[in-house]
Amino acid sequence: MLATLAFYVFSAVLIFSAAMVIVVRNPVHSVLFLILAFFNAAGLFILLGAEFIGMILVIVYVGAVAVLFLFVVMMLDISFADLRKGAVQFIPLGLFIGGVLLFQFYVLFQSWQIAPSAMLNITTPSLSGEEELTNATQLGRILYTDYVFAFQVSGLILLVAMIGAIVLTHRQRAGVLRQKVAEQVARKPSDVLEIKKVETGSGVE
Amino acid sequence: MMMELWNLYGMQTLMMLLHMVVLLVSVLLGVAYLSYFERKIMGAMQMRQGPNTVGPFGLLQPFADALKLISKETIIPSQSNRAVFVLAPIVFTTLALLAWSVIPVNAQWVLADINVGILFLFAVSSMSVYGVIMAGWASNSKYAFLGGMRSASQMVSYEVSMGLVIVTVILCVGSMNLSDIVTAPRPWWMQILLFPMLIIFLVSILAETNRAPFDLPEGESELSGGFMVEYSAATFVLFFLSEYANMILMSAITVVLFLGGWLPPFGIEALSIVPGVIWFVLKICLILFFFVWCRATFPRYRYDQLMRLGWKIFLPFSLLWVVVVAGTLIMMDAVP
Repeated sequence: MLATLAFYVFSAVLIFSAAMVIVVRNPVHSVLFLILAFFNAAGLFILLGAEFIGMILVIVYVGAVAVLFLFVVMMLDISFADLRKGAVQFIPLGLFIGGVLLFQFYVLFQSWQIAPSAMLNITTPSLSGEEELTNATQLGRILYTDYVFAFQVSGLILLVAMIGAIVLTHRQRAGVLRQKVAEQVARKPSDVLEIKKVETGSGVE
Repeated sequence: MMMELWNLYGMQTLMMLLHMVVLLVSVLLGVAYLSYFERKIMGAMQMRQGPNTVGPFGLLQPFADALKLISKETIIPSQSNRAVFVLAPIVFTTLALLAWSVIPVNAQWVLADINVGILFLFAVSSMSVYGVIMAGWASNSKYAFLGGMRSASQMVSYEVSMGLVIVTVILCVGSMNLSDIVTAPRPWWMQILLFPMLIIFLVSILAETNRAPFDLPEGESELSGGFMVEYSAATFVLFFLSEYANMILMSAITVVLFLGGWLPPFGIEALSIVPGVIWFVLKICLILFFFVWCRATFPRYRYDQLMRLGWKIFLPFSLLWVVVVAGTLIMMDAVP
């Protein structure tokens, strides 16, 4: 009973905050609502018994991705009121695209079939079988056996994306002073200091 | 119907509430006396007296401070974003106290003994950055905004190496349940392997809690108080309280991950006459002393030095060490 109640609370707040993301005027508020939505989605995962995925959702999306989102939205000085000015005239186009997407999803799910070999790998996220396994263990067993190729390839794609982002944004700027720690540490007094005996009344050359 | 519900959940809920209240009161008392502890230690290190007027040995000083702060007027700047401005300290405090629900204080003494305890802690501690960013943005002030931005990037950077440290501990222990992490056997070579990670973790928690020498978000010399400039009275108390609660929490996490939680030190059986809670609290005090010691000793880092330490030194080293630890575990045939 409590689980059902929790489910309805989480889903209601999730749908409400997801709607608020696109409704509110202030972009920072909409990112904050997005975070609330992530949080409730994590709650739903935990209700399903998939506590590992729920926690990872909070760590990755709430703890890292949304922070950078918020960071960028706060730093950008865009007048969002200007961006919204012409929004009304695009509503028919938006509705059209949405309708096409909905139709495609409908067609897709009507004819959706899961390959028999993949059916074997479907496990319930909760504890199953005789031995009690946490779902981190279960996920690991599937990821590193049957899906190891897909797993490694997705890792490689992420690596390429990361390198790409660094290459695209990195630029060498001239005239920037950089601290070279190794050089500073390696500097000895004998390299830079010279002690001279100065005669009275003569001064240093 | 009501009777049924009461039988099902009533007693359980009451006991749960009682446990929560006891835990929260002890954390809050801990925060009060941590501020006293800090001022006394810093006083001793700088050859001063520290608080000594209110009550015997100044023991009532924290309560005098709290009363003074709460009785002041709460000022909300007129140009600020009211809702977010008030929400920020509430979020910060809630998160700081929420994490305590999974900390095992003694064998079986834990509110929620969940499978993914360490992930929960990591998630909650990585979310506390929102309190700071929201405060910085909502204040609508340059200093507060700069402080919030600094803190956001600092916390995100040091979380990466903290995550890798946690990964190595999980590798050695084979469980994400905090009680299991404490009780899992650790041979001597494993402890030696984990020692560098302890050092990295200690430095990272200094950065994660915005403490000296990484207290740039509130650097008073250039930002006059950082993200907290605009906060006064009760809202400031909430920030202050949760910052100290976070320090205690991070010390508790260190104790659970590396120092063997409630178990007596060095595995000496005779010492287990002393209850586990006392060992737990003593170990937390040890780490807290480290926090205060650092604050009294080190000058503040420059911002680029902080980022360099996080990204160019800690991250590569901890990545390498994850591989070394995993390799050693396989070599010793000790994979749990």
